[in-house]
Amino acid sequence: MPLWLEVLIKSVILLFVVVTSFAYAMLAERKILGWMQLRPGPNRVGPWGLLQPAADAAKLILKEDLMPETADPLLYKLAPFISLLTAFGVYAIIPFGASASGQTWAIGNVNAGILLILAIGSLGVYGICLGGWASGSKYPLLGSVRSTAQMISYELAMSLSFVGVLVLAGTTSLDGIVNAQARWWFVLPQFVGCIIYVITAVAETNRAPFDLVEAETELVAGFHTEYSGLRFGLFFIAEYVNMLTVSCIATLLFFGGWNAPLHLTFIPGVAWFVIKVVCFMFFYMWLRATLPRLRYDRLMAFGWKVLLPLATLNLVVTAVVVAYTG
Amino acid sequence: MASRKHLYNPGAILKGLSITFGFMFRKRPTIEYPSRKKQHSPRFHGLHELRRYADGKERCIGCELCSSVCPANAITVIGAENSPDDRRSPGERYAARYEIDELRCIFCGMCEEACPTDAIVLTPRFEMADYRRGSFIYDKDRLLVPPDAGVGMPPDDRPGGIPGDLGRVAEIKSTTDIDSGYGATWRGEILKNQHEGLAILKNPEADK
Repeated sequence: MPLWLEVLIKSVILLFVVVTSFAYAMLAERKILGWMQLRPGPNRVGPWGLLQPAADAAKLILKEDLMPETADPLLYKLAPFISLLTAFGVYAIIPFGASASGQTWAIGNVNAGILLILAIGSLGVYGICLGGWASGSKYPLLGSVRSTAQMISYELAMSLSFVGVLVLAGTTSLDGIVNAQARWWFVLPQFVGCIIYVITAVAETNRAPFDLVEAETELVAGFHTEYSGLRFGLFFIAEYVNMLTVSCIATLLFFGGWNAPLHLTFIPGVAWFVIKVVCFMFFYMWLRATLPRLRYDRLMAFGWKVLLPLATLNLVVTAVVVAYTG
Repeated sequence: MASRKHLYNPGAILKGLSITFGFMFRKRPTIEYPSRKKQHSPRFHGLHELRRYADGKERCIGCELCSSVCPANAITVIGAENSPDDRRSPGERYAARYEIDELRCIFCGMCEEACPTDAIVLTPRFEMADYRRGSFIYDKDRLLVPPDAGVGMPPDDRPGGIPGDLGRVAEIKSTTDIDSGYGATWRGEILKNQHEGLAILKNPEADK
């Protein structure tokens, strides 16, 4: 089979899987938030509301695509696609499992996988930033300014929490990191790093309690106030796919990827990977149902004065311990 | 800084998380409305109904007391004399036109209290949504109980029906036992439905 055909088939399958998981992650979030607020959640479309994502998609596609007069037409139309492309782009290198022969289940296997993920993830802020700016309206602009500041401050601590893992694993390739966790998961030696990553990941995906970018009580809907119809839908997809991405990365870096815990190897590795990702997704929804939004200045203070020093300290301690023992 | 104490308190966050997690498994108070209806008070004021006597004659004698007492000016009554060969009501007069604007109506029930013959009563029916404003002006055709509503038996003759003697509507409506109150009117079907909804709410196993 030629390489391009193999990549094409893998991409189509993965795209299908990711879009389906997005649809049901959205439904699950609405259900779980509902249950936590003593509501039943969507249950009218199909059994237990299982066809709700299809109904939502039909609604978003059929809605009018509005553009404000003051908007910058090109950037306004382009921004949702930037968000979406960067969100999906990461899946080109995320491995989901490994066959018995050691072949990883991924579209591409990149040596510097973790760096590529960081690079693509950082581009994602452009979608939000340009979308807010190009709307030519004050609330989206405020939302995108906040987004830029938030993303930059939290990405530092996030990258530093990665480095601790890299020092332990001694490699930047994702399957190398997973293989290095065959004995024990990095969540044990890198507990502080894991906590920092989980917190910064919430901030990176702009979700509650760090959803200042959208902040509906202050900024109407933040950066996507002016968007409607399918373009709003694309931002929406990007948000959930990003959630899925950070859950995948947390699983790969800290929770052993497709390695089975307690030698429960009769369940295949891919299933373990999915279980771990689902647990993370649930955690993010749980967090959203629990915590109120942080005030903007406290968010910044927390990022720069707590997370960043803590991540640096964690890295230094890890490096010293590895240098003496390893 | 008092804020810092709360912000950097993982114990408080964990406590919050445990509360929301516990709420996931609580019983939800939602009543899924269109398929299940909650029972409201027997004295609930809903859509009006113009009643008849057991012999099929209209109770309304066109006295216009309801329209004069109505605080919202929602009722229009134009009375007319009964003619000997077409007696609509037992009295001298009957309502030639009887219209209630349900959008103006505040459902206070004063028409019901003012009525000397208990002709106008407020039923527990509340689902009146429509597409046009004009549809909310209920004329006599829609307010009056159809002659055949008793399915072969006039409403007053049915067991537990509203008695024919005057002045007891308010008393009957105060009863908490739905079957001896409005259960016997021709809109009793609606109430029966709501009654079942209440039973399901009280005892979810009965739904099976």
